[in-house]
Amino acid sequence: MPLVSIDKVHKYYGENHVLKGVDLKVEAGEVISIIGRSGSGKSTLLRCINGLESFQEGAIYVGNQAVEDDELKLRLLSRSVGMVFQSFNLFPHKTAAENVMLAPQLVLKKDAEECKALAKKLLEKVGLGDKLDAYPANLSGGQQQRVAIARSLAMSPKVLLCDEITSALDPELVGEVLHVLEQLKEEGMTLILVTHEMNFARDVGDRVVFMHQGKVWETGASDEVFANPQTPELQSFLSVVR
Amino acid sequence: MMQFTDWDILRNLLLAARWTILLSLFAFIGGGLVGLILTFLRSAKYASLNVFFKVYVEIFQGVPLLMQLFLTFFGLSLLGIDVDAWTAAILSLTLFSSAYLHEIWRSCIEALPKGQWEACRTLGLTYAQTMRHVIIPQAIKMAIAPTVGFSVQIVKGTALASIIGFVELTKAGTMLNNATFEPFKVFGLVALLYFIICFPLSVLARYLENKNHATR
Ligand SMILES: Nc1ncnc2c1ncn2[C@@H]1O[C@H](COP(=O)(O)OP(=O)(O)OP(=O)(O)O)[C@@H](O)[C@H]1O
Ligand SMILES: [Mg+2]
Repeated sequence: MPLVSIDKVHKYYGENHVLKGVDLKVEAGEVISIIGRSGSGKSTLLRCINGLESFQEGAIYVGNQAVEDDELKLRLLSRSVGMVFQSFNLFPHKTAAENVMLAPQLVLKKDAEECKALAKKLLEKVGLGDKLDAYPANLSGGQQQRVAIARSLAMSPKVLLCDEITSALDPELVGEVLHVLEQLKEEGMTLILVTHEMNFARDVGDRVVFMHQGKVWETGASDEVFANPQTPELQSFLSVVR
Repeated sequence: MMQFTDWDILRNLLLAARWTILLSLFAFIGGGLVGLILTFLRSAKYASLNVFFKVYVEIFQGVPLLMQLFLTFFGLSLLGIDVDAWTAAILSLTLFSSAYLHEIWRSCIEALPKGQWEACRTLGLTYAQTMRHVIIPQAIKMAIAPTVGFSVQIVKGTALASIIGFVELTKAGTMLNNATFEPFKVFGLVALLYFIICFPLSVLARYLENKNHATR
């Protein structure tokens, strides 16, 4: 049974038909890269998976939990689905460690000591063991994004959604964030990445999903899709971005 | 006719200033509480209530405070509810300040990036947890200076309560003037006392504003 299963999902923003019957199954441990033009619905799809946006038709399951428009169910869902944003969205009034600790403490009701140890462990894992007490404003973009990843991991999600998490970074800082993703893949984390990093998608991703006009236009194993794009739309997309 | 020494005038004005301060405090606290409740309800996004909030704010910001006072004082007694000047003054000033404070606080909350809410939702925080641990600590920093600034408006607003017969600083000034026929002296002192009450608040608001800018 797939970990994430998206079934004929339609999403409208008012009159704007943004997702037009998206089908996608993601197995546990898979790394999926979603690519496509601006406006093709990549972010919208990710945001439907964790309930940040509601959709009008179709179904999404994470494990055996259905994604529904219901506060309580969405809060439960948030324990299985983590999300990292392009703009980090760290809490600026809290230190790196406090950012990581907040949710386990409030949502999972773990005690303070346990949360501190967890924060330390996770920040060390993303290479920020020396920045526990730093405030986001005093960290570089790459460091902030790694704190944000640690913050998501603190809830031990089954799948991590990443929406262009390196797009706001200076080029020299992209590598350190991608490196953390590689590490997560090795540990068996399921990742769904919306990305513009084609090399990363090809080398690290297991499977590529090309979205076009609100549909999954073409999908397949990463190396094949990049070497041998089938549809003219993907061919032209790849020729532009490469 | 009774003679008033300068000291008598000042003493009576000081006594009346207590009521100005007290009325301001009540209005600020009452308005703050009502404003807080409105702000919490509003950001909880009960869409159906939004029209109510908008109308509420528009009414209390759009109708002169004096009319609000008249309506509370005379309007309620027309309805058979007897209110004294003190109650009417507190009631209208509370509603008036709640609308403004609500508007100030709402705009501070809305000034925070949407991503803060989304991060909290993604992490599974409840609305109350999000407000308490993430939104309020950040919004409060922005809200302090304009809130203190608005308290000056409340102090000045209390002067209108004189018209429905509540004896605060302005009313006391009018009465003393009628007795002494020394308008310049009396109202000069009245103005001075308002200034003494408001000036520290203005300085504080400015100080907090600068401090806030420096730390961001
Ligand atoms: N909150 C919103 N309200 C209304 N329309 C929206 C909203 N968010 C996105 N849209 C519309 O939905 C469509 C898909 O947007 P989406 O952000 O999912 O695209 P994307 O593939 O992530 O693009 P990008 O590469 O620029 O991030 C666009 O036409 C966009 O204008
Ligand atoms: Mg996007």
